[in-house]
Amino acid sequence: MVTTKEILSSPEPILPGHAACAGCSSSLGLRYALKALGENVIMTIPACCTSVWQGPYPKSAITVPVLNIAFAAAASSASGVSAALEAKGKTDTTVLAWAGDGGSVDIGLATISGAAERNDNMIYVTYSNESYSNTGVQKSGATPPGARTTTTPFGRIGSPKNIALIMWTHHLPYVATACTSYPRDFIGKLRKAQQMKGFKFIYLLAPCAVGWRFPAEKTIEVGKLAVETGAHILWEAVDGDIELSPLSKKYRDPAKRKPLEEYLKYQGRYKGISKELVEAYQKYIDYQWSIITSLADIKK
Amino acid sequence: MPKTKEEDEFRVETWISLPSKGSAGNTGLWRTFRPVINHDKCTRCEICILYCPEPCITIDTEDPSHKKGKIIIDYDFCKGCGICANECPQKCIAMVKETEFVKEDE
Ligand SMILES: Cc1ncc(C[n+]2csc(CCOP(=O)(O)OP(=O)(O)O)c2C)c(N)n1
Ligand code: SF4
Ligand code: SF4
Repeated sequence: MVTTKEILSSPEPILPGHAACAGCSSSLGLRYALKALGENVIMTIPACCTSVWQGPYPKSAITVPVLNIAFAAAASSASGVSAALEAKGKTDTTVLAWAGDGGSVDIGLATISGAAERNDNMIYVTYSNESYSNTGVQKSGATPPGARTTTTPFGRIGSPKNIALIMWTHHLPYVATACTSYPRDFIGKLRKAQQMKGFKFIYLLAPCAVGWRFPAEKTIEVGKLAVETGAHILWEAVDGDIELSPLSKKYRDPAKRKPLEEYLKYQGRYKGISKELVEAYQKYIDYQWSIITSLADIKK
Repeated sequence: MPKTKEEDEFRVETWISLPSKGSAGNTGLWRTFRPVINHDKCTRCEICILYCPEPCITIDTEDPSHKKGKIIIDYDFCKGCGICANECPQKCIAMVKETEFVKEDE
């Protein structure tokens, strides 16, 4: 795994004074991503918090070229960039599509699926604040059971889509999940993906103080609790073979997980939510573990 | 300038933003609490630099006050999120109300 020293020794790819909310983990996540991938990167960003926080024209906080693109089009525009680079023989440039969960799990799903099925050469990162944060925190297809958003005032009913598993069914060279609280794990996964050709997908959990209603200083702590309670499972699949990441391995045993309550107690979005919905979340988590661990037993 | 007729045909004019500090202005103005480091207790582990989302913390390795240097926060841009204070293993960053500094200035 990369060391903290190595992460900090590279130049800062995000410049301070951007428009992200105080404590925003999507800016932190992109900082880590660009540190991992280096300077030779072209990004596509659809409508999402990142398209806003990079700053208004004529300034940008992001030091690599960015194509700001329509909401559903992160993957399809990255396909175009990647095809153009190939036509020009520029094989050393990394194409990074960087989109929110709404832009990936819901509105962009068809274009990601198309790019994945064609195995277009890019890294696609869904940074997930588990809602449409930028437009005022509406429920997205990634909102977990019971979470309160402005469109689910009594708590989200039903289950989210597992976009990482949806992408896994596309037979991709690389699929992984990560969390902004664990930069070394995330950077390691990005570097692995960068060495491969084709469509690589990473689902990055990015806790959002505003949307989840916790104090901004708890951003890193809340992300760690998501992993320690088992609510967010860290895994990767190289050429289809799923494996739990070292950070999540011990939580395969439910007894080792912290109680879900520890994770939810910081989050205003779970305040006053019915016992039934919180139980539904726990059930959802346990079921996700069964799915991932069963799939991990299947080898190609 | 496009070289060929084909290139001219596919030429797209668009606005380009350039990388710049303070793309949203001096975001330090957003701050209600200011992180203040107790440099005597600080071990220069740089955890605060790792987790600052701005990022606006650096280490001045030339500073003579300590063999590893000195941690510096750029208050022009620090939004006062408090992540550095929360993550510091030494608990040597205090979040101090900005009004304290107003009084100090007066
Ligand atoms: C076709 C279309 N519909 C709606 C919008 C308005 N819109 C812009 S960003 C956004 C929410 C994005 O949510 P998500 O992808 O989860 O990213 P986040 O804001 O959470 O970072 C919406 C609804 C739009 N720009 N285009
Ligand atoms: S985290 Fe704390 S001890 Fe470590 S460098 Fe920062 S201020 Fe110093
Ligand atoms: S308060 Fe937040 S923005 Fe300011 S230095 Fe600490 S981590 Fe960075």
